[in-house]
Amino acid sequence: MTVFDIAEFFGLETRAGKDHLDEEVTGGYVSDLLSDVIAHSRKGNVWMTIQTHPNIVAVATMKELAGIILTGGREPDPSTLQKAEEEGIPILVSSVFTFELAGRLYQKGIPGLSPC
Amino acid sequence: MVEADENIGLREMFYIEGGNFANAGATSSRVKKILKEIGFPGKIIRRTAIAAFEAEMNVICYANQGNLSLFITPSFLKVVVKDEGIGIPDVNLAMQEGYSTADERIRELGFGAGMGLSNIKRNTDEMILTSQPGQGTHLEFIVYLNEQAKE
Repeated sequence: MTVFDIAEFFGLETRAGKDHLDEEVTGGYVSDLLSDVIAHSRKGNVWMTIQTHPNIVAVATMKELAGIILTGGREPDPSTLQKAEEEGIPILVSSVFTFELAGRLYQKGIPGLSPC
Repeated sequence: MVEADENIGLREMFYIEGGNFANAGATSSRVKKILKEIGFPGKIIRRTAIAAFEAEMNVICYANQGNLSLFITPSFLKVVVKDEGIGIPDVNLAMQEGYSTADERIRELGFGAGMGLSNIKRNTDEMILTSQPGQGTHLEFIVYLNEQAKE
């Protein structure tokens, strides 16, 4: 599944990075602690968070994530959108809360990270 | 820690402003772009950029100002981060994953989980951290370009 497929299937709205939705998603990660995401997310993951500030784009860029999903109806800060466009990182939003959305993605075959 | 190599091909220094969260990640992004342009392997770039990001965030969270220098040699990449800030009273304690002195504001932004220094250690081959409480912190790390160079 690509980021585009996920957006379509789960009814997510794309707020940034419309030209970068074709990356194949390798899995999902959920956390609101940035260093935790840096430590445990994997390249090509979609990251679900309620953080909306521009540093989430920096983390996604560093880790080469496929995209960021803001859950629970959160909207990215204007400066976050600007940075996401500059870096080519998709930002999607959903009114669904994190646990529910993660469950839906998992059910559809987006894997989590097995304990290592 | 490896001594300064005479074959340093590139040395760049970046200024980091303490407390400027809006610009956070700018320095490590530039480090990443430089390494990408030179054409280092993706894993080397990712490890170095992640460690640089965590180091940059530490300066932004805890110091008044600092700078990050990138050294590129034929066998390793070295990053030196010096700051003027509150410093770290107990470096060993700070290295423990989960230990943090971050205030509420830093934590609300999703930083201050006490994982930054261990993320740096995990992504680098050598790391040295020294600090003078009340004056500042000095961090150096090295990422080797090939496995043999670790010997």
